[in-house]
Amino acid sequence: MKFKVLIVEDSKVSREHIAATVEAVDGVEAVTTASGFEALKLLPRQRFDLIITDINMPDINGLELINFVKKNPNYRDVPLIIVTTEGREQDRSRGMALGAAGYLVKPFQPEDLEALLRRFLKPL
Amino acid sequence: MTPGGKALAEFVAEATEILDALGRDLLALDEARGQEADPEHINGIFRAAHSLKGLSGLFGQERISHLAHAAEDLLDRLRLGRLTLDDGVLDTLVDALDTFQALLGEASRSEEGQELTQRTRAMEDRMARLGSPPPAVEEDPLERLELDATVRAVFTEYEEHRLRENVRRGVALWRVRAAFDLTDFDQGLADLNARLKPLGEVISTLPSSRPGGANGIAFDLIFGAKVGARALEDGLRGTPAELAPLSVRQPGEGSTGPAFDVPPAPSHEEADAEALLADTDEVEPDEDSEPSVTSTSLATVPVVPGGSPPRMRAVSPPPTVVGLQAAASAPIPAGRPKAEETSLRSLTQTVRVDIGRLDGLINMVGELLLIKANLQRLAETSRQDGTVALSKLFGQELSRETRQLERKLEALQEGLLEARMVPVGQVFDKLARLVRKIAREAGKEIDFVSSGGEVELDKLIVEELSDPLMHLIRNAIDHGAEGPEARLGAGKPRRAVVRLRAEQKGNHVVISVSDDGSGIDEVRVREVALARGLVTPSQVSEMTRRELLNLIFLPGFSTRSSVSSLSGRGVGLDVVKNNLGNLSGIIDVWSERGKGTAFHLTLPVTLAIVRALVVGVSGRTYAVPLNSVLEILSVQPRDIRTVERREVLDLRGQTLPFLRLGRLFHLPEREVNRHFVVVVGLAQQRLGIAVDELFGQQDIVTKPLGGRLSRVKGISGATDLGNRRTVLVLDVAELLEEGIAQERRRA
Repeated sequence: MKFKVLIVEDSKVSREHIAATVEAVDGVEAVTTASGFEALKLLPRQRFDLIITDINMPDINGLELINFVKKNPNYRDVPLIIVTTEGREQDRSRGMALGAAGYLVKPFQPEDLEALLRRFLKPL
Repeated sequence: MTPGGKALAEFVAEATEILDALGRDLLALDEARGQEADPEHINGIFRAAHSLKGLSGLFGQERISHLAHAAEDLLDRLRLGRLTLDDGVLDTLVDALDTFQALLGEASRSEEGQELTQRTRAMEDRMARLGSPPPAVEEDPLERLELDATVRAVFTEYEEHRLRENVRRGVALWRVRAAFDLTDFDQGLADLNARLKPLGEVISTLPSSRPGGANGIAFDLIFGAKVGARALEDGLRGTPAELAPLSVRQPGEGSTGPAFDVPPAPSHEEADAEALLADTDEVEPDEDSEPSVTSTSLATVPVVPGGSPPRMRAVSPPPTVVGLQAAASAPIPAGRPKAEETSLRSLTQTVRVDIGRLDGLINMVGELLLIKANLQRLAETSRQDGTVALSKLFGQELSRETRQLERKLEALQEGLLEARMVPVGQVFDKLARLVRKIAREAGKEIDFVSSGGEVELDKLIVEELSDPLMHLIRNAIDHGAEGPEARLGAGKPRRAVVRLRAEQKGNHVVISVSDDGSGIDEVRVREVALARGLVTPSQVSEMTRRELLNLIFLPGFSTRSSVSSLSGRGVGLDVVKNNLGNLSGIIDVWSERGKGTAFHLTLPVTLAIVRALVVGVSGRTYAVPLNSVLEILSVQPRDIRTVERREVLDLRGQTLPFLRLGRLFHLPEREVNRHFVVVVGLAQQRLGIAVDELFGQQDIVTKPLGGRLSRVKGISGATDLGNRRTVLVLDVAELLEEGIAQERRRA
C-alpha cells in the first residue's frame, strides 16, 4: 500500500513542484489542495501519512491547520512538515512549537524533501 | 529544476497573474492616497511579493527573486506597522511594479540585460533605505488583551500585529464562534465573512475540533468591530454565530489577567485554542465602561474603551475615477533611473475560460459525435446497397444530417470565438495605474474616468491595443490637458478629465480616449505639415478642418517643436494608426479649440474567423471581410461621374468615392456593361469598390502573407476557400485610406 501525503499550498507552481518531488519517491502518493479549508474537508475523508503545509495562505493559515491537526485525536499522530520562504523565522518556530515535525525553506532541493519523507514515512 | 520552455511559460503565466493582483491592490491604495490604508490591500501586496519570491526562487529567476525579497521585506515592515505608507513608499512600490514587469519581460525572452540588472539593484537599495524610525516603545497593547496564550501561539506575526493594532486603537474585539456542517462549512464561513466584513475586520479564523462531532466543524473568528454591539448582533442575525466579547484593560492599568509570556496555568487539561476566553472573572471592570460579561449570549456588550475611528471603504462604481495629485508636492526623485516605457502587453498567451463555456463546448462535441454516428450509419447503408439506386428518403435523411452538422459546427465555432473573448477592462486597469505616474511627471492634475471595461474583445486585439491606448493617454495628459493654473485662467475646473471608454456597436467596438483640454490647434497643424513638406500649400488650402486634423496621423508629424521627454519617444500617431490598421481597426480624431480632443478607435470584435464576401475582378478572386461591407450596388458605367479627376458615385444624394479594384492592382480591365459596387465603411469613412462578379459569402480565417508580399497595399492576407483555392483578402481600412489619399492627391 502506498503512503499518502497531503500537500497544502496556495501557489500552483510550488504545489506542483512539491507534488512532483513527493511522487518521485517510490511508494508515495500525493494529494494536493490549494487551501486550508480544503484540507479541513479532506482530513475526515482520507487517511494521510504525512501533511506538508505552507504557512501564509488566504483562508486559514498553516499554523492554524497544524494546531487543528495536533488537537484532534483522529489526526494528531500524522506528522506535519512546514514549507516557508526564508525570513519567516517566527512563523516557523511557532509551527514547530505547535507540533510540526520538520520544515523546509523555499527554494529547497528535492533531496531535502526526500530525506524528510524517508524520515517520517517508515518503512520507506 | 531546469527551466525548459514549458516550465518557463508556466512561470511567466503565474508570475503575470501575481503581478496583476499586486497591481490591483496597489491601484486601490493609490486611489485612497492620503486616507488610512486598508490593511487588506497592504497584506494583498505583501502576499503577492511573497508568492513571487517563492515562485521565482523555484525557477532560478535570481533577479526577480532578489527584488521580490526586498519588496517583501519592505511590505512586511509596512504590514507590521514598522513603516508608514506615505507618498514616497507608494511611489517606490509603483516603480517596483514597473521593474518587476520589465524583469518578467526579459525572463520570458530568456534575456538578462545589464541595464535592467543595475536598475533592479538600485530599486532594491531604494526599498531598503526607506523607513521611518519605529514608533516609541510602549507597553505592548496585546498585553492588555485577555486572550489565552495558546490561542496567540497560532497567530502568524501578521495576525498578531493586526490584533495589536486593534487593541491599541481601542476597537471592540469579539470572538465569533460558529459551527457548520463539514460538507459545506467553507460556504457557511464565506457567508459569515461577507456579513462581518462591512462591520469590521476579521483578524483570524481558527478552526476548532470541538464541538463539531463527526460531521461538524466549529470556527472561532477573532473580530475587531467598528460598529456597536447592537449593530453587530443585528448584522449576524440568522447566522449560526455566537458572540463573546474579548476584554481589554485600559492602558496603564495593572495586569490582572495572565500575561502572554507567562505560560498558561496547566489547570485545564484542555488549555488549547478552544479556550479563547481567558477567565474573565479575573478582570476588574473599568469604571467608565460596561461591565464585561462572561456569557456568550448575543446580548453582551463588549468593553469599548474608545470609539473606533470611522473607516470609509471606497466603493468604486463604474465609471471609476482616479484622483491624481500634482507633481508640485512630490517632485520626481532625482537620480531615479528613467523607467523606460514598459509595454503593457501581457506576457502570456493564456486565456482564462469560464468553466460553463467549456462545458457548453464539450456538450456540442458530444452532439457532433452523435451526428457523426448517424452519417456513418448512412454511409454504411449506401455501401451495402451500393448497386441499388439511392432512395429519395435516403437523400432526405442525408441532407437533414448535413444541416444538423452545419448548425452544430456553427455553434461550436461561435462558442470557441466566445472563449477567446476577454473584457477590455484588463487593459484599462493597467492604464489607470500608468495615468497617475504620467500626470505626476507632467505636473498635471488629472481625473481619470474609465467605463465600459466589461465590453469583450478578442484576446489578441486586447493585447495589441494596450500600447496604442497608452500612447493616446500619454498624449492626452502631456499635450491635451493644460496645467492647473492655465485651466483656472481659462475658466475651467482646476483638474482636467481624461476619459477612456469602450462601447459595443454591432460587430465593432469603439474605444475612445478623450480629454477636456485645450484641443488641437489646426492652424498650427497646417503650419507644421507645410514646414515638414508633408503637404503642398495648394492641398491645404482646400482642406476642411477635419482633413487638417487628420494630418497628425502622417508619418513624421509632431506638433511640439522640441521632442518632449514624455511622449516624444520617436513614436508618433502614425505608429498608433498602423498598429490599429494591423487589427483591422481605424482611428478618428475630433477636436475643438478650448474644449478638448477625442480619439475614436473602431475595432472588429474578433480577428479569428470572419465572414467574407467572395468577389471576382478580372478573372481573379478576392475576399472582402463582411463586417465592413455596408451594401452592394449594381451600377451602369454612365452612373460613374468624374469630379476633379476623381471617379465618384451618387449614393442617395451623397458623393461616394469610387475605386476600381482592377486598376488598383494593375489587372487588365474588362469591358462590362455593369459594375457591382461593394460599399465598405469603417467609422465615418465610406468607399465604393467596383468588382466584376459576386460569388457569395463564406467564413474565412485570414493568414498573414510573409516577406515582401506583406507590404502590398490593400491586401491584409490570404485565406483558403476550401477546394484548395487560396485567395487574397482585401484590407478595407487600407483601401479606405487609399480613397482618402487620392482625394488628397487631387489638384
